[in-house]
Amino acid sequence: MENPSLGMFIAVFEEVFGKTLFWAMVAAAAIVTVLYLYVLIRDRSVSWRKFLLAQVSMPFGAVLAVVFLWNVTHSGFGDIGGPVDLLVLLGVAAIGAIGAAILVYTIQSLIQGPDRPPQ
Amino acid sequence: MDFPDIPTTRRALLGALAAGGTAALLPGEAPAQHRAVQTSANIVILGAGAAGTALANRLSARLDGANITVIDPRQRHLYQPGFTLIAAGLKPSGYSVSQTADWLPRGVTWVEAGAAAIDPEAQNVETTDGQTLAYDYLILATGLELNYEGIEGMSRELIGQNGIGSVYAGPEEAAATWREMDRFTEEGGVGLFSRPATGMKCAGAPLKYTFLTDHYLREKGNRSRSEIIYAAHSDTLFGVPIVNEKVRMLYADRGFNTVYNHVMTAIDPGRKVATFATPEGDVEIEYDFTNVIPPMRAPAAIRESGLSWEDRWVGQGWAEVDQYTLRHARYPNVFAAGDVAGVPKGKTAASVKWQVPVVEDQLVAQIVGDTTDHIYSGYTSCPLITRVGRAMLIEFDYNNNLVPSFPGLIAPLEELWISWLIKEVALKATYQAMLRGRA
Ligand SMILES: Cc1cc2nc3c(=O)[nH]c(=O)nc-3n(C[C@H](O)[C@H](O)[C@H](O)COP(=O)(O)OP(=O)(O)OC[C@H]3O[C@@H](n4cnc5c(N)ncnc54)[C@H](O)[C@@H]3O)c2cc1C
Repeated sequence: MENPSLGMFIAVFEEVFGKTLFWAMVAAAAIVTVLYLYVLIRDRSVSWRKFLLAQVSMPFGAVLAVVFLWNVTHSGFGDIGGPVDLLVLLGVAAIGAIGAAILVYTIQSLIQGPDRPPQ
Repeated sequence: MDFPDIPTTRRALLGALAAGGTAALLPGEAPAQHRAVQTSANIVILGAGAAGTALANRLSARLDGANITVIDPRQRHLYQPGFTLIAAGLKPSGYSVSQTADWLPRGVTWVEAGAAAIDPEAQNVETTDGQTLAYDYLILATGLELNYEGIEGMSRELIGQNGIGSVYAGPEEAAATWREMDRFTEEGGVGLFSRPATGMKCAGAPLKYTFLTDHYLREKGNRSRSEIIYAAHSDTLFGVPIVNEKVRMLYADRGFNTVYNHVMTAIDPGRKVATFATPEGDVEIEYDFTNVIPPMRAPAAIRESGLSWEDRWVGQGWAEVDQYTLRHARYPNVFAAGDVAGVPKGKTAASVKWQVPVVEDQLVAQIVGDTTDHIYSGYTSCPLITRVGRAMLIEFDYNNNLVPSFPGLIAPLEELWISWLIKEVALKATYQAMLRGRA
């Protein structure tokens, strides 16, 4: 293995989600990212109208990510025991929020196409 | 004792010197990053558990031409730190079970038998199926023996009935222990917890299981109808003073009834009474649920080999090795790693992770006629679960110093969710990476 720390990182996550689910999630994340870049390049600008809805989705993504982690680790909000736990919680929520925003923006762009230029 | 001549070519020797030199500077380095050392040495490893498997993988990657034989009768590889989670109803018994064969590298010979006798003078091992295997180097990695018969009236068959649990016995027994603990926490009553007076693997595990039982009693609303008794074998709860103080405070906070200098000597499953030897004589304690942790000792083949300490841990038979190099005190071509090693600390899988690269480097240096400064510091780690969802990530060394992996970030003596996440999520993966020689 070229980089043992990366390999261990992957091994850890395979353990958390199971091999299949983990790689399915990695693939899904990669596909969404590529599509996001595709629509950005295609439209040659960020659509602020679409971005609004994407922003609305962020809290949902945040909550979903946190609840998911709690579920796979038999834990919950009451287990926060110190500042570092709060940072972990916020970090996971942030990842969920950003992921949701990118996903929603990309789906809108793919379905609706580029914004019509103002007349 | 004379040291055997290991045939090596001059070119291999020079290459090996270079490899051995960097090894000392880079503890925990993946084996593939060393240049292979040429040797035709016969290396026999007793035991394919955590330490034996990791060493088989690391040595076979490090050595070119060596004859490596692993002796272990057990087909199933057991991830023992998972037993606690199984016995807490959080994982199925299969969580800890994999196949020994799946972890051993190609090119290593696996003898599916036990070591019956070791003759360190003649340098051979007799197996339970009648083979005699000669060695140039021997690695003792047999783990330890759970001596249930050391408690009068106790046997493995009793686990899972009449309020008797035993997390240590195996994955199925851990699941049976959970069924009893689950029933007990539904009903309430007296929960009795203890630990043996011998050296033991994962000295935090008895404490964890006490906390976990308390957790479920509270969750089910039955804590007020219950008593939790913890019988400590000595006048402390944990061997590291700063950790002992913290555990003492947590035990008081949880309302546990702690008694000291109590060592379980007998159990009467019919009457549900355990007998403890104390400085004041025998004391009987009744229980509705108990987690029996038996005395532990080295397997018979080790105890009878003449390789054990005679004046320390008398009767327990741990291998007489130097606590830093893990090399045998009287037979320099013999090493020990893991639970069987007679060192003051370190009967955990986390210690194995730190011991294995030391044994590897010491052995390889010896093969090429060199020495190395790479030593074992006594590092031991114990994610001390204090309830479902929280743990303390305790790491320490021979000097009873705390040696946190994430100083300033993860406080070792705080009950934290992140420490729980590490135990629940990362430890098994890290253990498996270690087995493959990659961590
Ligand atoms: C309930 C419990 C909880 C634990 N929790 C933790 C934890 O949270 N963190 C942690 O780091 N560690 C923990 N541990 C400790 C950890 O599992 C052990 O320290 C580790 O497995 C030791 O590795 P080993 O290779 O020395 O022995 P083992 O992994 O036990 O392997 C020994 C092997 O030797 C074989 N063997 C035995 N006798 C012979 C013979 N005569 N000939 C040939 N082969 C033989 C056995 O079949 C076995 O395969 C826990 C252990 C238990 C039981």
